[in-house]
Amino acid sequence: MIHPALPSVLVAVLAGLGVYGILARRHAVLVLVGVELILGAAGLLLVTVGSTTVGEGTAAATSGPVLTLFLITIAAAEVVVALAVFLALSRERGHVDLAAPLEDGSSTP
Amino acid sequence: MSGLDVLFLAVGLLTAGSALLAVTAGRVLHAALWLVVALLGLAGCYLVLGAELVALVQLLVYVGAVVVLILVALMLTRAGGVPVVTSGGQRAGAAVVGAATTLLLGTALVGSVGRDRVELTGPDNARVAEGIFGVYVWPFELLSALLLLALVAGVAIARGGGKRS
Amino acid sequence: MPSELPLLVEVALKAAVVLAVFLTMPLALGQLEHKVMGHMQGRLGPMEAGPHGILQLVADGIKFVQKEDVTPAAADRPVFRLAPAVALIPYLVALAVIPFGAAWVAADVPGSLLLVLAVTSVGVIGTLMAGWGSGNKYSLLGGMRAGAQLVSYELPLVIAAASVAMAAGTLSLTGIVQEWSWWWLLWQAPAALVFLAASVAELQRTPFDAPIADSEVVFGPLTEYTGLRFAFFLLAEYAGMVVMALLFTVLFLGGWRGPWDEIAVVGVLWTLLKAAVVGVVFLWLRVAWPRVREDQLQRFAWLVLLPVALLQLAVTGVGVVVLQ
Repeated sequence: MIHPALPSVLVAVLAGLGVYGILARRHAVLVLVGVELILGAAGLLLVTVGSTTVGEGTAAATSGPVLTLFLITIAAAEVVVALAVFLALSRERGHVDLAAPLEDGSSTP
Repeated sequence: MSGLDVLFLAVGLLTAGSALLAVTAGRVLHAALWLVVALLGLAGCYLVLGAELVALVQLLVYVGAVVVLILVALMLTRAGGVPVVTSGGQRAGAAVVGAATTLLLGTALVGSVGRDRVELTGPDNARVAEGIFGVYVWPFELLSALLLLALVAGVAIARGGGKRS
Repeated sequence: MPSELPLLVEVALKAAVVLAVFLTMPLALGQLEHKVMGHMQGRLGPMEAGPHGILQLVADGIKFVQKEDVTPAAADRPVFRLAPAVALIPYLVALAVIPFGAAWVAADVPGSLLLVLAVTSVGVIGTLMAGWGSGNKYSLLGGMRAGAQLVSYELPLVIAAASVAMAAGTLSLTGIVQEWSWWWLLWQAPAALVFLAASVAELQRTPFDAPIADSEVVFGPLTEYTGLRFAFFLLAEYAGMVVMALLFTVLFLGGWRGPWDEIAVVGVLWTLLKAAVVGVVFLWLRVAWPRVREDQLQRFAWLVLLPVALLQLAVTGVGVVVLQ
């Protein structure tokens, strides 16, 4: 027996912190940390719904955990591409500061 | 408060606290390490909610691979001394937006789930496997294609940038 | 294990036994390494402490305790100090779910194979913390090498383990051993080789010890560590070898299965014997092979181990379908 409100509050807190992280950071990799927190919140919500509601049939009954597993996979793919972009960025410009002004000539290859 | 409630509260507080530190820590390494703790806590939450397969996959994929990638990327992009935090005004704005998100989501979710305690009725591992390889098999196959695409794209982007310059 | 005991007493007893095993088996393996290396290289090895040098590790331990615990000024203090514990604890958790015999397992959880793979993959965070927290460029370089290496070798390791899990039709380690039969030695041989190579790389031992290559990056992430903290890292390495050897035994060599394995103690002896053989192979690899260069190391993971592991997975899949 569990209060479903508890995981729900945690979902809201994690999502809010993720939004704050994305908006308040200027280091590209740390922005990604915020994105991971939001994805974590989404996963927690899926698991909560999957564990506290009863579905009929395999599709409905397993959707919570299965979609969370899919989410984790997609997040892994997203991180790989994002980090590759950051690496290319850091090679091109020498830093990954998202708030830095664009230098002349650095934006065109 | 039942035992599960207390357990979830403890793990949830750990998760929320380390998530807060992950987005506020002044040093990049500390932020990444607090993210590790937050993701571990999230895996603990999954465990409390009875989804042990998801918890283990979270541990294996996130803590074992994704965070390691993030740490290595932090090491590789370390040069230049990028300032971590933005100006005070932007942080205040971000805090407002974040708090608003929390408030909106929180009220909507808590309002929708109700106040009654419910039984944990998650499917067991065999049932989840039936789901993945039964109803959800096509999305699953698509995901494998996505992963391959991401792998190739990652290599292409990371290498191509170096060659051109 | 008698099950009439109260739950709390049983849990405490099991935890104590696991801790005892965790503290003794790595030491035994370390002692074995001294002796095996000595014989393989045609030299004596350390012979002074105790009869035939069997107290060498005790002497080492006393030395480590006496050394000063130095935290460099440039280090990130909490990260630097916490790193050895983060490297060590995952292996303790992993040891708790590995079965030594049919009933000789501290915690028989349903997804134990996944649990072992998941927690051992956390150990790398400790190495990365050490690498970055030391505030030393060689440590950082070593940490980067370790991170890249462990992510690359994680993949073939997990796929090789998945092949066995698929063949057995279960993720439980005890279940895998029960399903095991001798011809799997042949059927799963490529997976076994991939797993062996990948686990040596995961443990960062020669020939895959580029992260701590002393002629290139001093001692990599461990450069700045002294005294007990350094001893903890060493313990983590040997505990990792013990865990990987036991895991290899359980996955590919049939764990406690063998003649007269109806008697529980004989089964445990079989497990220990097989694990000891795997451990000697680890030591042998260290003695026999030179260090692999960093780029060769990555090439080997992606162009040799991964294709072989994927092929094995396909073969296992076909095999499972045909057998059914």
